[in-house]
Amino acid sequence: MTDLQNDLRGEILRGARDGLPIGLGYFAVAFSLGITAKTAGLTPVQGFIASFLNHASAGEYALYTAIAAHAAYWEVAVVIFITNMRYLLMSAALSQKLSSSTSLLHRFLLGFGITDEIFGLGIAYPGRLRPAYLYSAFLVAEMLWSSGTASGIVAGSILPETIVSALSVAIYGMFLAIIIPPARQDRVVAGLVVAAFACSFAFSVLPLLNTLSGGMRTIILTVAISSVAALLFPVREDAEGGEAA
Amino acid sequence: MSVYLYILVGALVSLFIRVLPLTLIRRQITHPFLRSFLYYVPYVTLAVMTFPAIVDAAQYPLAGVAALVVGAVLSWLGMGLFPVAVSCCVSVFAVEFLLRLF
Repeated sequence: MTDLQNDLRGEILRGARDGLPIGLGYFAVAFSLGITAKTAGLTPVQGFIASFLNHASAGEYALYTAIAAHAAYWEVAVVIFITNMRYLLMSAALSQKLSSSTSLLHRFLLGFGITDEIFGLGIAYPGRLRPAYLYSAFLVAEMLWSSGTASGIVAGSILPETIVSALSVAIYGMFLAIIIPPARQDRVVAGLVVAAFACSFAFSVLPLLNTLSGGMRTIILTVAISSVAALLFPVREDAEGGEAA
Repeated sequence: MSVYLYILVGALVSLFIRVLPLTLIRRQITHPFLRSFLYYVPYVTLAVMTFPAIVDAAQYPLAGVAALVVGAVLSWLGMGLFPVAVSCCVSVFAVEFLLRLF
């Protein structure tokens, strides 16, 4: 075996090692996502495919609730665009980790694999990122994510109602774990989270506003609150560290 | 059939978002408003999606409130995604178990 092959093998093994713990966490969350997908009427195969192609908890959650609500296709596109918008930033940041000679195919495939956690691995990689490392980590995590969704759809109907009820909040627990730590470090983010909770609650109870679909509510409030925050509290250059994790 | 169309729409939009900057933009985003807007978006989106939905997700609203409080406190203390998610599930299970007893 040549040095180059050895080197590549090392990258793949390291990627798989780092991807496995991520994948185990994914499996549990995807399982609860599968329960949501089941209520939207997805089959296990459809859930596997949807998870494989989207691999984004918030985006998929939005997708399944939109399917359940028979939302318009354009509405699905806008909701997924909004919920996955952070990947625009991550994709832009990851481009800075690649050597300029990285091929278009590699850029495409690396982009497809971006999730919050895989992005974290990519950013944490010392020096220029080797695509093989991230592919390996992504594939391990992705398989557990997709099969977790399919399992949730299959087992969601077998499990007793008490367990399903308990598992259905897992996804929100994960959302909290993403938004609360930055809120602790950044008062603006903390204020935004509280404002978002309050507005979202108001939109769900006020007459007229409560006729909006969940997706539209998410779009309107996200654009409105984020725009106001960006105008009032512009982010300084050095304040983006929290975004990397 | 329409389920596959939904999946396809979702997949294409996700792919577009993930791939476009990596293939096209090679410089840092410098526009102050755009940078700030994109920085705040994920937190606001996730917060809007979490509440009040978490309260309605459980069978009893009180169990959902318990999950919200437990999840927020543990996240504040720095626990990771997986342990926080599991703790929320356990709180719902425990509260609903107690509510059924009385």
